[in-house]
Amino acid sequence: MKVLQQAWAYLTDGSHWSGTEGMGALLGQQLLITVTALALALLVGLPVALWLGHLGRGGFAAINISNIGRAIPTFALLALLVTADWPGTAEFGPYGRAGLATLLALTAFALPPIITNAYVAVDEVADDVKESARGMGMTAFQLFRRVELPLALPLVASGIRVALVQVWATATIAALVAGPGLGRVITDGFANTDYGKGIAGAMVVAAVALVLELVAAAVQAAVSQQPDTRGRLATGHRR
Amino acid sequence: MRVTLLAANALGTQEPSCYSRLVNDWICGQYLSDRSDELLHATTQHLTITLLSVAAGLVIAFPLALVARRWGRLESSVLGISTGLYTIPSLALFPLLVPFTGLTATTVVVGLALYALTVLVRAFLEGLRSVPDDVRESATGLGYSRAKRLLRIELPLALPVIMAGLRVATVSTVALTTVGSLVGHGGLGNLISDGVFTNFRAELLAACVLCVLLAVVLDLVLVVAQRLLTPWTRTVAS
Repeated sequence: MKVLQQAWAYLTDGSHWSGTEGMGALLGQQLLITVTALALALLVGLPVALWLGHLGRGGFAAINISNIGRAIPTFALLALLVTADWPGTAEFGPYGRAGLATLLALTAFALPPIITNAYVAVDEVADDVKESARGMGMTAFQLFRRVELPLALPLVASGIRVALVQVWATATIAALVAGPGLGRVITDGFANTDYGKGIAGAMVVAAVALVLELVAAAVQAAVSQQPDTRGRLATGHRR
Repeated sequence: MRVTLLAANALGTQEPSCYSRLVNDWICGQYLSDRSDELLHATTQHLTITLLSVAAGLVIAFPLALVARRWGRLESSVLGISTGLYTIPSLALFPLLVPFTGLTATTVVVGLALYALTVLVRAFLEGLRSVPDDVRESATGLGYSRAKRLLRIELPLALPVIMAGLRVATVSTVALTTVGSLVGHGGLGNLISDGVFTNFRAELLAACVLCVLLAVVLDLVLVVAQRLLTPWTRTVAS
């Protein structure tokens, strides 16, 4: 239990939070890369998945992408990206190659829950609702924009929530390949047998993860007025 | 090993091995045969940690799901706490367990069991809920006791949903075991970690591929097990 006291001492020492290598800066880095990766994944995944859901095509791929993503360890993908000669030079981007590798891996792992949920959400809008919309003379695009999209929103939001939590976890693991972010406090602590430091870092990472989850849950509750009972939610895979 | 190969190469007496520092190929058959012991050991450790974690998760999840089902008010707290746990990244959960279980494989197994537990409790609850009410009532009408009804009627009917959860839990546990390399017990993750820091591509790729293969194989085993356990679903499905 002595390590818990050491961890507490590490956390309450202000000097560990300030400076360019302090936990404050690392926290900022990790939040930035998390938000960037989530935004990229939304930009790439959402339009395609929503439209495929509207067409009702490609369902097999959209649903199975989650299962495939689950089998590939984040750590393995990060390791391969860092060790490969691409992308770009070692100096690429603000955090070097590990930074870019992290961003790519994060985006890749945010995609499955976003794609699966968005596809299922639009695909499972009740047929009679779609029929009535067509009967009212809506064009395909109007049907998509005014009927399917609003009805799909709760499930889409839950996919984004899963993705957010997942990206935060993946960003932490980036430290195993010397990437940016708070995970570095954990890996540094363990590499130098300073377990108090490692545990302190873990406490901060876990606390932020819980806060992100609560915020995302609140946002999700706000966009879905009624409880959603259609279909199964894609459960995220832990990283 | 690599040092001697380099020396041999410098003398010009031998072609450099495809996993020597000079070549550093991604795919190298010679590495696989030379280091087969190491690979086998890592794979065995990986498999052991995964199986123990999922088994522990399964053993705890079942009674927890029954308790949650029996007392509805407990259900939301059981689900809430396990979802909260699931939110914590693995790289942060393992260190948080270290004060209690030390730098051992137990730390990894306990952490992974907690994640598996989250998936499995939900699967049990969803599965039991999927049993139609009239089936349950007929069983009661036929004189089944609560326990007998659970074992003979409800569990078999809930099996497809439970197995789906078990597959998710198993596959993600295989992937997550790699993170255990933080405390030195990550199975193939130890090789991945070593591969990154020594820039040893053959080792890195071999460990990654083995890891994905392990997940695929275990998933297939569960699919086959499910087909054998639920023969009645086959005619319905096809």
